[in-house]
Amino acid sequence: MSHFLYPVFASGFFESEAVHIALAVGALVAIVTGVVGVFTVMRGQSFAGEAFGDLGTTGGAGAYLVGVGPLWGFVLGNVIAAGAMEAIGVQRARGRDLATGIVLGAGLGLAALFLHLYTTGHSATGATVTILFGSVFAISSTTIPLIVLLGAIVLAITLTIYRPLLLSSVNAEMASARGIPVRLVGVLYLLALALAAALAAITIGTILSTALIVGPAASALRITRRPLTALLTAAGIGVGAMWLGIVLAYDSYHWPPHGTIWPVSFFVVTLVFITYLLSGLPEARRRRRADRTPSASLVTQPATPS
Amino acid sequence: MNEAPPAAESQEILQVDGVCVRLSGRTILDRVSFQIAPGEFTGLIGSNGAGKTTLFRVILGLQAASAGRVLVGGPAHPREHARRHGLIGYVPQKFLFDPDVPLRARDLVGLGIDAHRLGVPRPSRSRRALVEEMLHAVDAERFADTRVGKLSGGEQQRILIAHALIGRPRLLLLDEPLANLDLGSAHEVVALLARIVREQKIAVLISAHEINPLLPVMDRIVYLAAGRAVSGTTEEVVRPDVLSELYGHHVDVLHVHGRVLIVAGAGEDTDLAGHEGVFPRSEVLS
Repeated sequence: MSHFLYPVFASGFFESEAVHIALAVGALVAIVTGVVGVFTVMRGQSFAGEAFGDLGTTGGAGAYLVGVGPLWGFVLGNVIAAGAMEAIGVQRARGRDLATGIVLGAGLGLAALFLHLYTTGHSATGATVTILFGSVFAISSTTIPLIVLLGAIVLAITLTIYRPLLLSSVNAEMASARGIPVRLVGVLYLLALALAAALAAITIGTILSTALIVGPAASALRITRRPLTALLTAAGIGVGAMWLGIVLAYDSYHWPPHGTIWPVSFFVVTLVFITYLLSGLPEARRRRRADRTPSASLVTQPATPS
Repeated sequence: MNEAPPAAESQEILQVDGVCVRLSGRTILDRVSFQIAPGEFTGLIGSNGAGKTTLFRVILGLQAASAGRVLVGGPAHPREHARRHGLIGYVPQKFLFDPDVPLRARDLVGLGIDAHRLGVPRPSRSRRALVEEMLHAVDAERFADTRVGKLSGGEQQRILIAHALIGRPRLLLLDEPLANLDLGSAHEVVALLARIVREQKIAVLISAHEINPLLPVMDRIVYLAAGRAVSGTTEEVVRPDVLSELYGHHVDVLHVHGRVLIVAGAGEDTDLAGHEGVFPRSEVLS
């Protein structure tokens, strides 16, 4: 089969253990980030998602410094960051960006220190590049149980609080009037986001991780009208981008400059971006058609709140 | 904590007794008292800053009163603070959905049934039938499958009302539901609410800064000014002497072509600047 499909799957693709791990871990992480990401976009917390990604750098650098796997660093760093954001007031609509920004700044300062300390003892480019841009091919099989556990925790949190989370993401006032503990729901969600960002960081790197959280979700919200379908669509887009990215990265061994593969994260992020652009097409076409037929202008835009 | 109210008032679904709210030294509500019985349509009238939203938050149990108490549910289920959620349906003020939100109108109505439950909703025939019935009740079947963010302001209000009603509350609170609507949509929403009050025998408390759209349907009025309130029928409350007393200076009530205009009396113009929040821009109060 691999011979027949050679133009798509370069030789050895289906035999390589690194590819197997990449496909499995990549799919799991894409599902988790897709599901979590829908709520990130709905709640307008993309900046917090980005901050968790960046702050993973601090945790990852710290992990290298003390000699444990980077995923531990990502997880610990992000959970601490989530606690700090909550304490400063990430849940107040007005304080949200402020809290995120303050924690982000402080955390990145630590990342600079950790990387500096690590560099003095080792050749640091490898560590830095792995932390920042990740490589789904470099995930060791010993990390898999932790990845599966974290993924299961994130999905369990998100699906358990699904309905309260959905209503409080749409309107916090309506949710609290119904007796939903909006603050607790927000904290649990922030924790899920922090862990999802750690998983994204181990797969495609810390600075690219938010692309995997925000991108598929933003595309899904443009194509579907139903909440559960949006979760599935975002997960599907993420898995698609991840797998196609892995295939292309594997193939790129034969592309110039020969003998090395292009970063898989580059492919994944680019595919996510292209999907987002394409997801706007149906709406744009509808609008163009609506502009041509005068009667369709009856579909009124809601007035902006004054 | 307190015993049930005396038998004479025991039919009330909502009883507000001398509620005061002071926030960082400012008095927002000052000894507000009124009652609402099932099947009554009550308008909470007052200009911006009069304390309408704060009063709603106290009734919902989201804001503690500095003094006084609120009882919801009548004698069968007197509930003072916690656990009154099932009894009250709530439509928040000045709120429009984001166009991107992946919720059809029917999804939002469905969330009204079970948003407080954990887990993912399992589709069932009875759930779907209940949603369908409620969409029909607010005349929203036509746009049931449209994203909520793409609906007009009036259509969104209908869906929010359905969301609040589907849990079978005994009291429906609506905070300025007419504020963003054009006149036609406002009349439709008011007529819909009046019909719901009649058909479902629930009580409606609706806040507004403009009294006229509610005049034809209101059974009772709670008039709020600078944190103080008077309540009664429209005839009892919308009178120069009563409102002058409430505002603390002379106010005229004019009837023009079936509309009511409440204006600061002649010679009071110089006072207006000092009464920001009590008076709207013009001298016409309502």
